[in-house]
Amino acid sequence: MTAVAVSETEYVRRPLGGRLRISSAWLGAAPFLLYTGLFLFLPTVLVAVGAFSGPHGPTLANLAQLSRPYVVSAFLNSLVLSAVSASVGAVVGSVLAYAVATGSPDGILRRLVTAFCGVLSQFGGVTLAFAFIATIGTEGFIVIWLQQHGIRFYPNGVWLFSLTGLTLIYTYFEIPLMVIVFMPALDGIRPQWREATETLGGGTWHYWRHVAGPLLMPAFLGAWLLLFANAFSAYATAAALLDIGGVIVPLQISRALSSEVGLDQANFAAALALGMVVIVAIITLLYARLQRRSARWLPR
Amino acid sequence: MNRRQRRRLAAFKAVVYVVLGLFFLLPIAAMVEFATRGVGISSPRTLTAFTSIGSDPELVDAITASLELAVITSLGMLALLLPTMIWIRLRVPQMVRPVELVCLTPLTIPAIVLVVGFAPIYNWIEINVSDSILMLALAYLVLVLPYCYRALDAGLSAVDIRTLSEAARSLGASWATVMWRIIVPNMSSAVSNACLLCVAVVLGEFTVANLLNFENLQVAISILGTGNASVSIALAVVSLVFVFFFLLLLSFLGRALSRRRGGAARA
Repeated sequence: MTAVAVSETEYVRRPLGGRLRISSAWLGAAPFLLYTGLFLFLPTVLVAVGAFSGPHGPTLANLAQLSRPYVVSAFLNSLVLSAVSASVGAVVGSVLAYAVATGSPDGILRRLVTAFCGVLSQFGGVTLAFAFIATIGTEGFIVIWLQQHGIRFYPNGVWLFSLTGLTLIYTYFEIPLMVIVFMPALDGIRPQWREATETLGGGTWHYWRHVAGPLLMPAFLGAWLLLFANAFSAYATAAALLDIGGVIVPLQISRALSSEVGLDQANFAAALALGMVVIVAIITLLYARLQRRSARWLPR
Repeated sequence: MNRRQRRRLAAFKAVVYVVLGLFFLLPIAAMVEFATRGVGISSPRTLTAFTSIGSDPELVDAITASLELAVITSLGMLALLLPTMIWIRLRVPQMVRPVELVCLTPLTIPAIVLVVGFAPIYNWIEINVSDSILMLALAYLVLVLPYCYRALDAGLSAVDIRTLSEAARSLGASWATVMWRIIVPNMSSAVSNACLLCVAVVLGEFTVANLLNFENLQVAISILGTGNASVSIALAVVSLVFVFFFLLLLSFLGRALSRRRGGAARA
């Protein structure tokens, strides 16, 4: 193996032929770079440029529009929706992950739960909105069943088609995502740590408070950030569920994009999109830092 | 752990599984219940909603388009990503990290943001190339990049491609032969994984199609939902079950293959 490697470096270093070979080797990646340049970087650049351009050249007017009350409230709604659904998803998801992780590592239950979670974490979009409409919509399964037993599911008005309903629906894909992301961290826990705690006279509370809790915290927070970003960028479910547009940022973007008014609106959409990118970028940076910290503690 | 603790843990686990099982299965059961409802309150269960899926030409068009997009995107992904990944590993290793970074970028840019950038590009494509819905495959390729990259990367790192390719090259094989007849057959499970993920993503895609005014499967379901709820929910059930079994197959397939290889593919 080493002999081959050495002979190849010599081969590449040959004066003329070597240089030609290197350039032809780079050409092999050209189709990929060309494609991603056109369909990944160009769109991103168009968003950034669009956010700063108006009908009469460069402007900050689009960004200034972000301070309008309904835009600010859309951003706040998006942040609250993402934070609440990520928190519920993270807590419930880690409980489920713990239940799975303490079971047999190669058992059928664990395999089923992980497979289901893999599917359900991808189960967003239109279908999910309809699933909840069929369950607790005004003519939903549970609502009608309860009605037949004399119970009103919505004593204070239907909340499914509001932010509250959206939050509930988001937890449906946040919990499985949490299970998938958090499971490796739980698998890293050694039973010896618990035994060590008990040898030293600590109970369950001490174990969670002083040993497992602090060890799992970075992984937990990292997973929370991932869940937050996931909820923050979700669009399809909200679009299918809410009739009124513009409640959250993705819906604002879609309203600006599909409006017929003209170029101005496209630039406003770009400004909104830039706002989202900034928030997601902050979260990604935080996530990367936390990942590095938790990787230090949990050997694979 | 003593016996009391173990019993408490078992009870806790049972409660967790039952409560969450209900939370996750009820909406799916409710969809099936809703889609099989008769017209009146006391009328019997019916499968009309399911059978009428095929009789709506617009719906059939949307389903066909989504399936075609799934196939095209998978093939395009294989043609673009796989040779590039193998090539840079063999010939330009300093490109491996940058390419990985590029492939994972779409994870950090929400699809709704990408659409804003796609809009002017697709305006141009519609005028100068074609206004066919199949053009969406170009955008979908970006959306599936991160998932497919990971799947293929797992497969590639389980195979010693350097030794294989050097052996093949020294026996006179061309680079094309090395890729398609030596390396790809050695990572068939990773290739099929990547394709399945592609299909699942494309069949579930709504954001890009909806905002670029194309009618794919999910957009059709959504449009139908405002008029004929039971047919749209029936279609949602069918598409869900389809993708579900697809992904379930994937997870069991991946497990079976990785076990056969002594877990090498998972490392």
